[in-house]
Amino acid sequence: MATIRQALAGKRVLVTGATGFLGTALVERLLRSVPDCEVVVLVREGKRTPAARRVQREILRNDCFDRLRRELGDGFDSTIERRLQVVAGDIGRDGLGLDDAGRAVLASCAVVIHSAAAVSFDSPLDAAVEVNLLGPTRVARAISDSGGSAHLIAVSTAYVAGNRRGDSPEALLPDTPFATEVAWQGEVDAARRAGADFDAASRSGDMLAKFQKDARSELGAAGSPLLASRTEKLRQDWVKQQLIDAGIARAQSLGWPDAYAYTKALGERALLQNRGDVPVTIVRPSIIESALAEPHEGWIRGFRMAEPVIISYGRGLLKEFPGIPEGVVDVIPVDLVVAAIIAVAARGPLADGPDVFQVASGGRNPLRYRRLVDLVRSYYQEHPLYDAEGQPIVVPEWSFPGRGRVQRQLQRASQALATGEKLISALPVRGKQAELSSKLEERRTQAERALGYVQLYGAYTETEAIFQVDRLVALWETLDADDQATFTFDPMAVDWEHYVHDVHLPSIVVHARVRTSAARREGLTREERGRKAVLAPERHLAAFDLENTLIASNVVESYSWLASRRLPADERVRFVFKTLREAPALLALDRKDRGDFLRHFYRRYEGAPAARLEKDAWELFSRLILTKSFPAGIRRVREHRALGHRTILITGALDFVVAPLRPLFDEIVAAGLGVDDRGLLTGELEKAPPTGEARALVMAAYAEAEGLELEQSVAYADSASDLPMLEAVGHPVAVNPEAKLATIARKRGWHVEQWAKTPGGPRPLLPLSPLSPPRDRIGSLGRASR
Amino acid sequence: MSPRPGFVLDVDRSTPPTLFWHGENYRLERLPVGSRVLYPPEPVAALTDPDGAVRQALVEPLGDSPPLPELLHAGMRLTICFDDISLPLPPMRRPDNRQRVIEAVLELAAEAGVDDVVLIAALALHRRMTDDELRHALGDRVFNAFAPNGLLLQHDAEDPSALVHVGTTDAGEDVEINKRAAESDLIVYVNINLVAMDGGWKSTATGLASYKSLRHHHNVRTMQHSKSFMDQHRSELHSSNWRMGKVIRDAGVKIFQIETTLNSDTFPSQFAFLQKREWEWSAKDRAAFLASSKALDRTPSRVARSIFHSIKAPHAMTSVQAGEVEAVHQRTTEKVYEQQLVPVEGQTDIVTMGLPYICPYNVNSVMNPILVACLGLGYFFNLYRGKPVVREGGVAILSHPTPWEFNPVHHPSYIDFFEQVLAETTDPLEIEAKFEEDFATDPWYIHLYRTSYAYHGVHPFYMWYWCAHALQHLGGVIIVGGDPKSVRRLGFKSASTLVDALEMASDIVGRSPTITHLHCPPLMIADVT
Repeated sequence: MATIRQALAGKRVLVTGATGFLGTALVERLLRSVPDCEVVVLVREGKRTPAARRVQREILRNDCFDRLRRELGDGFDSTIERRLQVVAGDIGRDGLGLDDAGRAVLASCAVVIHSAAAVSFDSPLDAAVEVNLLGPTRVARAISDSGGSAHLIAVSTAYVAGNRRGDSPEALLPDTPFATEVAWQGEVDAARRAGADFDAASRSGDMLAKFQKDARSELGAAGSPLLASRTEKLRQDWVKQQLIDAGIARAQSLGWPDAYAYTKALGERALLQNRGDVPVTIVRPSIIESALAEPHEGWIRGFRMAEPVIISYGRGLLKEFPGIPEGVVDVIPVDLVVAAIIAVAARGPLADGPDVFQVASGGRNPLRYRRLVDLVRSYYQEHPLYDAEGQPIVVPEWSFPGRGRVQRQLQRASQALATGEKLISALPVRGKQAELSSKLEERRTQAERALGYVQLYGAYTETEAIFQVDRLVALWETLDADDQATFTFDPMAVDWEHYVHDVHLPSIVVHARVRTSAARREGLTREERGRKAVLAPERHLAAFDLENTLIASNVVESYSWLASRRLPADERVRFVFKTLREAPALLALDRKDRGDFLRHFYRRYEGAPAARLEKDAWELFSRLILTKSFPAGIRRVREHRALGHRTILITGALDFVVAPLRPLFDEIVAAGLGVDDRGLLTGELEKAPPTGEARALVMAAYAEAEGLELEQSVAYADSASDLPMLEAVGHPVAVNPEAKLATIARKRGWHVEQWAKTPGGPRPLLPLSPLSPPRDRIGSLGRASR
Repeated sequence: MSPRPGFVLDVDRSTPPTLFWHGENYRLERLPVGSRVLYPPEPVAALTDPDGAVRQALVEPLGDSPPLPELLHAGMRLTICFDDISLPLPPMRRPDNRQRVIEAVLELAAEAGVDDVVLIAALALHRRMTDDELRHALGDRVFNAFAPNGLLLQHDAEDPSALVHVGTTDAGEDVEINKRAAESDLIVYVNINLVAMDGGWKSTATGLASYKSLRHHHNVRTMQHSKSFMDQHRSELHSSNWRMGKVIRDAGVKIFQIETTLNSDTFPSQFAFLQKREWEWSAKDRAAFLASSKALDRTPSRVARSIFHSIKAPHAMTSVQAGEVEAVHQRTTEKVYEQQLVPVEGQTDIVTMGLPYICPYNVNSVMNPILVACLGLGYFFNLYRGKPVVREGGVAILSHPTPWEFNPVHHPSYIDFFEQVLAETTDPLEIEAKFEEDFATDPWYIHLYRTSYAYHGVHPFYMWYWCAHALQHLGGVIIVGGDPKSVRRLGFKSASTLVDALEMASDIVGRSPTITHLHCPPLMIADVT
């Protein structure tokens, strides 16, 4: 028999799903180990990136190709040019979306390896159906429509066997006694209908109101454009979640662990019915994990199924994972799967119809769940992960609990954390305390994620099916010694202890970027990096909010101070209590809409003498504003100026109140009140106050007028109502964020600063001006305070 | 009975524990047997009729000055300048010396028909005084007569239109001072000479000057060559000011200098034990100490601070002299020495000092770490004539909580100096070369100095330069009971108790060092031979 290399010499092999884990490995292996074949990759056009560019970026730049690049040296690019062809196409469309040229290429191929799939176990039902169920059929039809005669190797999964117990043979599904019989066409229609139904349901008034409310509670008074886009995102997420749940429910009702296995199984059946004359071989790997040896030990792409679970365990987040201790966890290194597929391609199709190979370890070299847990645990005991304080994390003892118990525990934990989070975000806290809420949220996310793992992957640690590999081994035995050395796919080749300890875990620990030593990381901390980024010389505009960003004060305090300045002693006390009594209502209004609040509140200045206020504002500056300022914040403004950046203050405070801050800023955008012909304030704003999205607009207008780019700008603000301003710039900074913003900032990786008043400054109990000498006590300010 | 002079106590087994100030509190510490404690002289007698003495001084001037009435005439421009909030410490009870003197001067001016009179607080680069503070220093009558009419000014060293370049000294030093003062027919300068550093030509050449002028003597080199600045004749600070004074005088600026001295009656009667010698404490003193220190232990420092800052000292005027600057100042210095000089024989390996809650730059404010350093190493260390109390290479042990606290209104540039400059280096020369100019010319600090109540941007540098002589001289500085973080930032060592501090000091000065404690305040000057 010819060697693999000889068998494939001069042949064209088309690979779908080449940007995926298995596909990338396949392309690399074909190019490296089968030097006389040509490779065609079918890649979808990106939204902005053409297919060829995606191949460069997503396939060739992966470290999978490091070895080939090294081996070929300068010849790498020319080899790729000569041997790798890119065809734009889409598995989700009939005819694969191929043009004539594409069809011609397909016609010229001797082998088509279909490895494209929606591999995520929690894909929405409709998407999984389109790709996994209909995909193989579409590929087969495209081959026959192109007039070609390629051998179609369809990559499936061993778990098409469903939740069966006992041996699962390498046979076509219709020939296995236990397989669920379902009419696949009906499933396709139902899935598509479900997609439309959920979408329609999500647009009902009640649901839209709910999404709006959720968006509001997440973002606060962030302005309508932001709330609208957030609401729409929540709606789409909800539809997706419904489809995910529907997928799992449907799959489990039919005896499959999840939508992936379910759609794959139906996909096999559909392919067999629709393949026409196309010769087909189905290859069913089990759980594909990092490479045993090719292209290098531990190579892995993307974070897959077991990795998050194993890392969560190492970090002490996941204390228990259900499973049957003596059950088999069927893991197979990616390079074994790749070698098996190539061997199948070299062998060619069988004359008497489709056949099946399973690439799995369970039947020949089983890894028991207890053994895996022991190996993982002993690995972490020797190489612990470290927490943020540099302390090694002790991994918990595994007790192999039942799935139900773990799920209940995790559910309770996540509910308790959600309640705590809600409680805190309802409190008017900010800065360090608000971070607690953000931390609670993180813990809840972790608990929910753990719960998700248990729900999703629980079935895989409870599988009692044993995947048979007799045909695979028979194929293996036909290879000569050289091919066996080059294309190892005998599951016996895996020494589990070596694989887990020396190959897989070291690789995923690196991929997960978790702390593996107590030492402080090299270089700058996250905080220092953030600071360096905002203070980079190429930035050119820094916009600042005032209240709680630069000073711990607000318009009510300024008003109270100014208004009490000229009051006689007895009226001062009355005035204070009156203001205090109004505080809760004012606060509520402020939370609802900042603009309305300012409009309402500034009415109090009606009738106040403008000139006197301007003068008093200077005293206010020293006595209240500077006293309550954050020195680090003011220093930051000055640092920006020293770097030559423009600085702009955007605040809803009144212009005369912030006038003394003028030397810090190139531009101050503040609220201004009208003045009548007697020099008294009208109490009405001259133009809309700069709040919410108006801030973003002001900033954009300023940047435009001055020829600055928002991408290179920095914005500092403290609350979710400033989101439009923060989102408008390339470098948002959350200062002393209140709970909502803290959460948003953490999720988006925004730089966070905690700026505080300096300890040691005067700390007046009430925002009252000191008592004026008697002849200056000329009475109340404006009309409203009388 | 004449007051008892200063005294050096040798600690033996029977000596009671010694009082150490510790910020807004005080402690009793047991010094090792053989240590010395320097006690200031008791308060000297006050003038029985201070107002009479003032009037007399004005008509019987010293030096070649005519009596004040002869210098006053209708149609003249008269400017009365006075020392700012940094003097005296603690602020004295009303009436303040400034009020007594200025009222007397204004009376004569009114008699002479002078109607162009302006009062100027000689701030130099200090913060502006608040209305309340001005009112306290000048009294209601003067304040109400001048302030509402815009005739009570505070020197603005950053207003180019209010400054005039008078000339340059033969050492190349610019003399730029307040324009209104310089262009007046007469400057009457009203001093309170709490320590020997104050007064003389320093009043006008420093108090009314701009940064451009001050930088010639407010720098590291000058301070390292002022040994000490309490001793005019060995002080480069004073030499420079005297050169500038000559330029001012030669430019035809007429100055009628009035200097007053105070006795060391520093604390009101309920705190009398603070200025007594411990073995003379009565049962009442001991009770007052116990009660107050225990209460202060339980009081938040913020509250304790406001209690202490409300203290008005019962200081009483001990002398007033007026006339020609140098003649007046010579007499004043004698008077200050009379109250403060304590003869001391020989230096020691270690000097200990308990630092109180106040220094010249934090009246009505928190004493930030830079001011702690300045009070200990700038002021207390320099309270000597002849030789420093501690030998070269010796150790200074300071007792103060040294909190990482600042007043954001008064000391904005201090915060940045502490966070940015001291984080990088504590070497005065390096700081001066690398950072001074940026801070001194920073528009934001200038803005705050001019419009708010902030010390000038360069002021924290001067505080650090004030320590330069001590930093050069000493082998180590240890702060007892300080916030370790701030102490480390200052570049000093932190000890939790005096015993620990002495133990740490032994690494530098050996196992059996000699120790001297400055029992201060009340202020004194160690005359070390």
